[in-house]
Amino acid sequence: MKKYITDFTVVGRRVYGDAYFAMELEHPGELPEIEAGQFVEVEVKGSREVMLRRPISVHDVDREHNRLTLLVQVVGNGTRRLSQIGEGERVSLVYPLGKGFLHGIGFVPQRPLLVGGGAGVAPLLYLSRCLTAQGASPTLLLGGRTAGLIASRERFEAVEGAHVHYSTEDGSLGEKGLVTQHSVFGKDYDAILCCGPTPMMRAVAREAVRRGVPCEVSLENRMACGVGACLCCVTETREGHKCVCKEGPVFTPQTLGWDNE
Amino acid sequence: MKLSTDIGKMHLKNPVMTASGTFGYGEEFSDFIDLGRLGGIVVKGTTGQHREGNPYPRMAETPSGMLNAVGLQNMGVEAFCKEVYPRVAQYDTNVVVNVSGSSIEEYCDVARQIDALERIPAIELNISCPNVKKGGMGFGTDPAMAAQVVRAVRDVYGKTLIVKLTPNVTSIVDIAKAVEDAGADSVSLINTLLGMAVDVEHRKPMLSTVTGGLSGPCVKPVAVRCVWQVAKAVKIPVVGLGGISNANDALEFLMAGARAVEVGTANFIDPAVTMKIVDGLEEYCDRHNIDDINKIIGII
Ligand SMILES: Cc1cc2nc3c(=O)[nH]c(=O)nc-3n(C[C@H](O)[C@H](O)[C@H](O)COP(=O)(O)OP(=O)(O)OC[C@H]3O[C@@H](n4cnc5c(N)ncnc54)[C@H](O)[C@@H]3O)c2cc1C
Ligand SMILES: Cc1cc2nc3c(=O)[nH]c(=O)nc-3n(C[C@H](O)[C@H](O)[C@H](O)COP(=O)(O)O)c2cc1C
Ligand code: FES
Repeated sequence: MKKYITDFTVVGRRVYGDAYFAMELEHPGELPEIEAGQFVEVEVKGSREVMLRRPISVHDVDREHNRLTLLVQVVGNGTRRLSQIGEGERVSLVYPLGKGFLHGIGFVPQRPLLVGGGAGVAPLLYLSRCLTAQGASPTLLLGGRTAGLIASRERFEAVEGAHVHYSTEDGSLGEKGLVTQHSVFGKDYDAILCCGPTPMMRAVAREAVRRGVPCEVSLENRMACGVGACLCCVTETREGHKCVCKEGPVFTPQTLGWDNE
Repeated sequence: MKLSTDIGKMHLKNPVMTASGTFGYGEEFSDFIDLGRLGGIVVKGTTGQHREGNPYPRMAETPSGMLNAVGLQNMGVEAFCKEVYPRVAQYDTNVVVNVSGSSIEEYCDVARQIDALERIPAIELNISCPNVKKGGMGFGTDPAMAAQVVRAVRDVYGKTLIVKLTPNVTSIVDIAKAVEDAGADSVSLINTLLGMAVDVEHRKPMLSTVTGGLSGPCVKPVAVRCVWQVAKAVKIPVVGLGGISNANDALEFLMAGARAVEVGTANFIDPAVTMKIVDGLEEYCDRHNIDDINKIIGII
């Protein structure tokens, strides 16, 4: 897939509690093809500490208006600076990067479970849109410590054909506990696709492998170039080091060697 | 106006090359730029055997720079010749192979195999990598050892031999002179500066290897100083790099004595930066009525 470097214009912003914000960006022309699970590298301007771009998943795509949305958790200087960008300002993106979901399992699942935690819910919105567009009825299971940390709920709930469930550790939204303890987690699915903190992804992958359900997880390694040139972002796999930015970020538990723990 | 210059027997259409380890094999950037407008591409560090490199995390951002500890992950020279060479041989620019090793035999073995590749006009001998335990920077910090490895490679390699120097020494001039006497056609400098960063929340080093190589705008003044000192002391052409992010940065190196420059870390921030640098050099020459860029090289 061809990659681009383009200045987008910020056309919308929405804040979710203290930690998350969504940024809607408009492309000057028609948007190129983007896969669910691919990411962009966002330039961070005007920060004394931040030089490198920050990798952020594509949260939503609106082809009609040539817009894409990013959902960002503020964790440090770069994401804090991004949270201060106002409407009308321009933001440079290098995109679309990486290999998205479904390459590893090799088919379009019809009854998939999509599990997200924290900022890892971001790619699952566009993924559920792509899946429902192909006739699938995905079940979404979004988890967090507390209700305020599960962002963009209104967008998830508006996806026609998707079923949204929540789990929170304090019971403030949906079922109380971890995603793997949720009542929908144990049901029958033809694939489990997951993005979130590593311990969560490992627990989900372990269970998927145990049940023999095809599974994919999306990693968030630190990156420099984002295009496979610097080899900074590697993860261990069965076949040695692989670049998360180019050969991922989506991998199967089998590739990562997460299936025999 | 003339932007072309020469490094040994290698002719460059302009002085702008890309730095090893930051530009992959070039193809990673072909969606963003016309590779044919580059003076040259220095590809990834290549060793005798395939190497897995260091464990993750291998990168940490620091003010105006970054530390890396990739540790020469690469497919090995044989796979390079078989799988990558046919693709890079198509480029309308100089493709230079960065050669690394843990022993003199390994350097020579890789150099010999690259010598057989018709479309590779030069190698850049990396005797300056701070991220490997054996060899690497060890060869580049001692004039006698540097001379020994360069002499051995000179014996087996007939084309343009560039030797890449480390700034992690007391006198980079002594190393440069030793390498010149041993038969190098050119020296390139600087490789990364040895550095370190700590994650205070987790009370752990930021890199799996604790220390790593610093690059980016923060190293530029050190690099310009090294280039100026070395260019005054040797007769062979100097290739300058370290923190170049725009045409003005490149001009600093040229005026300090570099015959060509390499752009590294800046490619991560703007994958099209090299084109802007080429345009900027043209614009500068235009604005100052310079008909040949070589006229400003080493004027400081
Ligand atoms: C493919 C991909 C997709 C992503 N998608 C999203 C997304 O949609 N939304 C979102 O909010 N975030 C996403 N991230 C994570 C996001 O890139 C980081 O949170 C961001 O780069 C942090 O930048 P910062 O300057 O704010 O924090 P920094 O100051 O860089 O870091 C803050 C703290 O977090 C640590 N840290 C930062 N990044 C990592 C990491 N990758 N692994 C371990 N520790 C780390 C640092 O060491 C530091 O302690 C994604 C990452 C990747 C690789
Ligand atoms: C991620 C990374 C990998 C590198 N790998 C190599 C390498 O394999 N061989 C080498 O000689 N230099 C390597 N370098 C050093 C660069 O080529 C260059 O000397 C240094 O980064 C300074 O230039 P810059 O500030 O423009 O990046 C690497 C640098 C980085 C950032
Ligand atoms: S971030 Fe450079 S190779 Fe992945």
